Amino acid sequence: MLGAYLPILVMFLIAVFIAAFVIIVSSLLGPRRSTVRKLAPYESGMEPIGPAIRRIPVKFYVVAMLFIVFDIEVVFFYPYALVFRDLAGPGLVAMGVFFLVLVVGFVYEWKKGALKWE
Amino acid sequence: MEPLQIPPVNLILLAPLLTVVGWASALLLVDVFLIPEGKKKLTGYLAIAGLLVAGLVGLPLWNVSGSTFSGMLVLDRYSLSLTWIFVIVGALSIAMALDYLPRHGIEQGEFYPLIMFAVAGMILLAQGTDLIVLFLGIEALSITLYILTGFAYPRLTSEEAAMKYLVLGAFAAGFFVYGIALVYGATGTTSLAGIAEFLGRQTLVAEDQTLLLAGAGMVLIAFSFKTALVPFHMWTPDVYEGSPTPVAAFMSVGTKGAALAALLRVLAFAFEGVQAYWLPVLAALAAITMVVGNLGALGQTNVKRMLAYSSIGHAGYILLGIMVASERGAEAFLFYLLAYALTNLGAFGVVIALEQQGESVWSIEDFAGLYQRRPMLAVAMALFMFSLAGVPPTAGFMAKFFIFTAAYEGGLGWLALVGVITSAIAAYFYLRVVVKMFMQEPAREVQPELNRGLNADIIIAGVATLLIGLVPTPFIFLAQQSLVALGG
Repeated sequence: MLGAYLPILVMFLIAVFIAAFVIIVSSLLGPRRSTVRKLAPYESGMEPIGPAIRRIPVKFYVVAMLFIVFDIEVVFFYPYALVFRDLAGPGLVAMGVFFLVLVVGFVYEWKKGALKWE
Repeated sequence: MEPLQIPPVNLILLAPLLTVVGWASALLLVDVFLIPEGKKKLTGYLAIAGLLVAGLVGLPLWNVSGSTFSGMLVLDRYSLSLTWIFVIVGALSIAMALDYLPRHGIEQGEFYPLIMFAVAGMILLAQGTDLIVLFLGIEALSITLYILTGFAYPRLTSEEAAMKYLVLGAFAAGFFVYGIALVYGATGTTSLAGIAEFLGRQTLVAEDQTLLLAGAGMVLIAFSFKTALVPFHMWTPDVYEGSPTPVAAFMSVGTKGAALAALLRVLAFAFEGVQAYWLPVLAALAAITMVVGNLGALGQTNVKRMLAYSSIGHAGYILLGIMVASERGAEAFLFYLLAYALTNLGAFGVVIALEQQGESVWSIEDFAGLYQRRPMLAVAMALFMFSLAGVPPTAGFMAKFFIFTAAYEGGLGWLALVGVITSAIAAYFYLRVVVKMFMQEPAREVQPELNRGLNADIIIAGVATLLIGLVPTPFIFLAQQSLVALGG
């Protein structure tokens, strides 16, 4: 049964061989003339302006939390939109409760100033 | 398309849980909109009131039982008794925090609703009869605790504790979910009753049970992390030391109790059929937990770390009850949980009283000569230490006696022996505190600060510790009644 996959294995080995061959041969035969520009860290052709590890404003996490609130809302509301006729009254009540809980979280965040960007 | 069937839902059975969740949600908004800065204590009082109301709502349900949400949640006397214990734990923890938070400059109103949400998670753990619901309960409890652990931000130890707890907690959650998946693969259900039924049908020899056992093992590992059983206990001392002391107190009894309560249901109910497999594993876990927990506490000079190790040791004792749950173990478990919870909350209360502003060292030296300065406080602490050590006539003695007897009758005599020996070792470090308080001169002046909330906590815990120790009969009766199976 595994025999059917043999060509894939062969293909894989050839791919590995070519990749390794090209890298090894070019590192053996290729000329090396280092300049300042070549030794500098690559930053998409821009002048390097500093280390990559920098401080990021922590207020992004509030945005992430807001996102979760609405993400969860969408996750439940789309399927609900498809079946809400079948679920009828009880479904409406259940979604109402869900929405209420969601709103509590949202109102809390709002009041805490999550929507202000300074 | 077939019409969707909505399973019948009986919300009455969830009354205490819903009360806590609803009250906490409302309180969250009340806190931001109505309660001004600096008056956040009011939020705390409202949270305590909410927990007490939830406890009272549970009272008329004593003779009610049943399951709802397609058998995912159940209300029985076992879960109701646990609910009461958790409500008491939550209320006492909040009482401790009322003055602790402003004193350490970390007062924020969210603290109190968060404790309530954690209690809701614990109640969910007590009522859940489906692995998914149990997972939900564990997560609801854990996520709130991650925040509470880091509540003393920007104190470094608190942040470190939160980080450690978060990483290990997430790790444990991964184990839990993977375990559930494997169990589902093996049995085709996540409901505890369904698993039990599957195992009842199956003869173990005939079927390959690798999947099931691997899944059960992973679930057990996750529970071990949450309840800090050795060798999954490494995080405990650091987290307890770093987190705000009321949170540490809450964790040491609440999280542990809830997770162990759920573990009891999972093992004794769902996996009863494979008892032959988990019993030796659990016995080994219990034995090393008792030994390592109590030996670890021996060398501690930091009282908070000592209490952390002591809580590890106590989890080992409680595990004895879980192993013989089908016999009298479940009663012993409930009784031990109640006694241990009250005693430990009291002990942490005394630690808070001695804790000074902005200090991160809880040296045992601070207890030296406490008797001369604050005799009542010293006596209370001595009482809690005696109870934790298991010296009569305190609650701890009755609880240990009860649980060792149950273990012995359940055929785990050697474990009971390990328990007794480690209790004797434990007496050393508990009594060291007592000796310091009564027989030594103070090394430095530490002014204990007491206030209403803390006083209430220590008095309630002290009275309860003595009462359960001196008149255990009603409490034992209550524990027995909790396990009487009701019709339906």
